[in-house]
This record gives sequence, C-alpha cells and structure tokens, in this order.
Amino acid sequence: MTNTAGTAPVQQRAEVVSLRTVGAYAALQLAAPRIGQQAQPGHFAALAVGGPDTPMLLRRCFSLARWDSATIEVVLSVVGRGTAWLARRRPGDVLDVIGPLGRPFELPSTPAPCVLVGGGYGAAPLVPLARALRARGCPVHVVLGAASADRLLGVVEATAEADAVTVTTDDGSAGTRGWVSDVLPGVLDGAGTVSPVGAVYACGPMAMLSAVARLAAAAGVPSQVAVEESMACGVGVCMTCVLPVVADDGRTRMVRSCLEGPVFAGARVRFDAVGMVPADAVRGGVSAK
Amino acid sequence: MTDPTTGTDPTTETDVTTTLAGVAFPGPVFTASGCAAAGRELAPYFDLSAIGGVVTKSVMRRPRAGRATPRMAETASGMLNSIGLQGPGIDAFLAEDLPWLAERGVPAVVSIAGQSMEEYAELAARLRGAPGLAMVEVNISCPNVEDRGHVFACSPDAAADVVAGVRRATAPDVPVFVKLSPDVTDIVTIARSVVDAGADGLSMINTLLGVAIDTAAMRPVLASVTGGLSGPAVKPVALRCVWQVHAALPDVPILGMGGIRSGLDALEFLLAGASAVSVGTVTFHDPAAPARVQAELAVALRERGLARMSEVVGRAHERPAHERPAHEQRADEGGAHHGRASRRDVVRAG
Repeated sequence: MTNTAGTAPVQQRAEVVSLRTVGAYAALQLAAPRIGQQAQPGHFAALAVGGPDTPMLLRRCFSLARWDSATIEVVLSVVGRGTAWLARRRPGDVLDVIGPLGRPFELPSTPAPCVLVGGGYGAAPLVPLARALRARGCPVHVVLGAASADRLLGVVEATAEADAVTVTTDDGSAGTRGWVSDVLPGVLDGAGTVSPVGAVYACGPMAMLSAVARLAAAAGVPSQVAVEESMACGVGVCMTCVLPVVADDGRTRMVRSCLEGPVFAGARVRFDAVGMVPADAVRGGVSAK
Repeated sequence: MTDPTTGTDPTTETDVTTTLAGVAFPGPVFTASGCAAAGRELAPYFDLSAIGGVVTKSVMRRPRAGRATPRMAETASGMLNSIGLQGPGIDAFLAEDLPWLAERGVPAVVSIAGQSMEEYAELAARLRGAPGLAMVEVNISCPNVEDRGHVFACSPDAAADVVAGVRRATAPDVPVFVKLSPDVTDIVTIARSVVDAGADGLSMINTLLGVAIDTAAMRPVLASVTGGLSGPAVKPVALRCVWQVHAALPDVPILGMGGIRSGLDALEFLLAGASAVSVGTVTFHDPAAPARVQAELAVALRERGLARMSEVVGRAHERPAHERPAHEQRADEGGAHHGRASRRDVVRAG
C-alpha cells in the first residue's frame, strides 16, 4: 500500500547511529535508508521499545526531525518507561522502526510567505519543512514556543533555514514571555506585508494547534496542523488515535491521526470536541441500548 | 513464505495447510478481529495471501463512530482498548473492504457484531454469497458496548439464539465460528450452547474487561473507564479456555487467540486443542507478526518431526502411554481428536 505522494512505509531493523542531548530532549539518529529516502516533512516513524519480549507492546511514534538517504533522526522527550528506554540506547544498538508514516504537510503550489509554528519538541518537523518551503521560493517565518528555554527545539537550525524566527517561553527565559498565540497575529501581519501569507503550519500540543488554527482562520490564512494523538500501532489498524475531523462532504468523522493525519487542515479539526465523539459525527452518539 | 533472517523457506518442509470445519486455508495463522482492520493497512508489511486469512474488524449494520478517547492504555505485557466497534458499516464493507481481500486471494473471515439477534441475522444474510467470504466469526463478546447486558456471550440462551439465526442465514458451505468471552463463570456451558445451536467452531478468547488508573490525574486512563485487556498478559487465560473447551468438546474446531507473539505461543494453543490461531494485539507491536508467527510455527513443527498440523492439535491432552490403562490406549489409536463439528448437519436437519 502507498500513502500520499507514493511513499510506501517499510519496517526495518535500524542501528543507532547517535544519541545526543538537545536541551531537555534527546535526538536519536538511526541508520534507516529506506525510510530516509522516502521521507517528507510531516512524516513520522514508529519505534518498538524494550527489545525482544518487551512488556511494552505499543510503538512510540515521533515526527521525523532530520533525514538523508542513509539515516533518520527523531527527537524524544522522556515521559515514561518507553521513551526512557529509547534514551538509554547507544550507538550500535538495533531498533525495530517503521516509516515513513502518515500524511505529510502539503506544500504550496506557488511561492507565498509561510508561517511555521512549533511548540516544545513538537517543533521537530519544522526545520525540514522550512527548508522545503525555501527551496520552493517561499519566505519562511518560524515561531517557536516552549515552557522554558531548555524545552525550545530547533532555534539554531531555524535561524539558519528561515527568513525570521520569533521565540516565546512561558517563563520568559528566552524570547518573548508568553505563548506562541500571543505573538502569532503580529507575525502574520508582518509576514504578509509584501504578499499575502499563503499558509500557516503548526505542530505541538493540541491546545496550541487549536489557537493557531483559530488565529490563522481569523487572518484569512489556511492552516495545516500536525496532531499529537496517542497511537497504539501507528499503521492504521488499532483505531485508538482518532479525532473528529470534518470531511469534504461537511460531515464529521472520527478519523485516524496515523493514516488520515497526522497533518490536517486546521479548519477541519473539531478542536472543541477532541476526546469526544460529537453527536453529529457520522454514526456518533450511537447507543447499544 | 521466506524467512528474511535465514533466507530459508521453512513452510515447504511442513504442510501448514489448515482445515477449519471443512474449509481449507493456506496456513494456520490468521489475523485477529479488531487488530488488522480489514487487512489493507497490513499489506505493506507481509503477504496477506500467505497466512491463513484475515479476520476482519467486527462489522455492524450501520457505520459507527465508536467511543470517546483516550481509547487505549498500555499495561504490563498488554493493553486495554475501548474502541467501541468503530467501523464503516456493512454497506461500505461489502463495497470496498471485502472485494479488496477477494481480488488478492486473501481468505476473509468476516467478524459480525450486532445489538440484537435480528441485526446479527441480517448481517449474515447480507454476507451470503459475497465473493471472498471464507468464514463468518460471530462476535458475541465485545466488552466495549454501552450496555454490558447486551454481551450475548454471557448468556447461554441469548448466545444460542444469535448463533442459530446466523447459521440459518449463512450459506451451508461457509462455517460459522463464534467468538467467546473469558469473562463468564463457565465457558464450557456457553461453548456447548452455541455448538448445539449450530456453531461450526469456536474462536476464543475475546478480551477480558479491565481498568487502568492514571495516578497523576487520579482518574481512569480510558474515557469509558473499562476496556478490553489483550496481549501476552492474557495468554494463560486463553490457553485455559481452549483447554477446557477442547476437553469437553473434542470434535469442535477452535480458532485460538490471546497474546500470541511467537511460533511457540501458537504451538501452545495447538497443543491445547486449537486447530488454528489468530495473532492480535502483537500486530500493533509488529505489523508483520502474523506471517512471522506462521513461519516460526512451521519451524517449531518441523523441529518436532511433525509433518502436518493435524498431528499436534490437542496433543497436550494425551497422557503419556505408560500412564494410560490398556483399553484407553486401544481406543486412542484412531488418531487425534479434531475435525469438523459433527453436530452441524444434525442441527440443520432439525
């Protein structure tokens, strides 16, 4: 089976090339040529954790942060036993990885200014996205936000790749004190002075995505958001990573963020109903009674 | 099926062709309902036509959005899920999912679920004659419905009524297997009841009802509080169910499932009395698991000098010869206990 853009996900055993600390996070580079050769911004990879006979059955899914024809790199935040296990890997260890997975970001067909918004380690795919957009002649403005300076990701790389970078932190330890949603309206105004902003791209926590989609819509700019729903399989068979999204026919369906996403049009995601099955969803609110 | 790690083709040395209630399948390992969607999503990871077949996610009469999220919680060697039978409904299934499997020569075991006896019978009738349909699995045991009183698998009479209706509506050459819940006082009673009602075989087990608590939020992890426990954690329970039912009903074929992650796990189910197995939750961990488990099972059978699947089914029930009285040894010379359900034709004639 192929997903968008003709990519075919592969499962392979991948040797750890490097594991380095990036602020509060760990960047894990794997030798995965068949994944790297197909990767596009917004794709993710699903990593098995714990080795053979692991008690942790579910894969951990991460956006691809960097790749080339031989390797891929993901950025992880240690939040539980699975990510802690990954953070203890050493060069030469072998992991079971599947990728590239999901629907990547759509790039504009004609050059237009683009605003990229990332929260915490969710910013991982923005640097390759910025590079791809610049290669198409799109001016790129990146907004990066996090709780604190050590939880910002990609500021140095974004500064090298983008035309402008704006940083926010909740505690004011870097950039503007506040949230990305505080600075986004001003950034949209500034980025759109010469020609209208073509697209807003965002990845990060759901509350941030909701705010970004709302502000982009208010500015009349289409947005694409990469969601972070928890997944069990990453390949489309378990039906756990669903969220309510409005389809072309105007009706809401519970769709899989791993296959139909993780990138969705911001205007289509029912952010008010994430975690629920809206009563107006297709066959939502059904009762077994 | 070539084993990528050795480059060998172990299946050529042991005949893994599997017969369930008179229907031949390419192998003894199937996907498990709810763990493979309708097969298509797993196609990048292994050759679906090389395993026994795809057991589809339970299809219902109408599209269904399922339950709120979070729907999943990882637990020790397992997981809880509360998907709530999200699916496209029988119309879309017949238009898109089943033809996709049929075009690729993948035997389809179609799992059906209903909220009433009538819905089950209607689903069976809609499936009648559909190309690619190899078998029907009647899911009377999904724990993730709003009304636990509608878990038909918990009542011998309700389960029998559902099965009788499905059997009547299904083509005679298509076996009807019934998926049982382990969350019952005596699974043998339920098994006997559905077999008497015309079931050609039994699939066991469905998930066990469980709860996980988020100690940070101090709330249940799952939005719906309870979910079905699956994965290697449930394997001993599943083996116990297969064991008890095979001991009581040795002629009824069993599709065994519950935590299988390796060929040796599958072999345990065969030894306990299953004629074939489904690989479920472990597919989330390793999407190639059904094919891998089948290849590993073939190697395990070959290593034990077993040329055919039939030599192993229920074998763990046989006492070593020196422990048996002489008259029992003679009685067992006819072979292992397995094969078609002999009750099927009797029930239909009645």
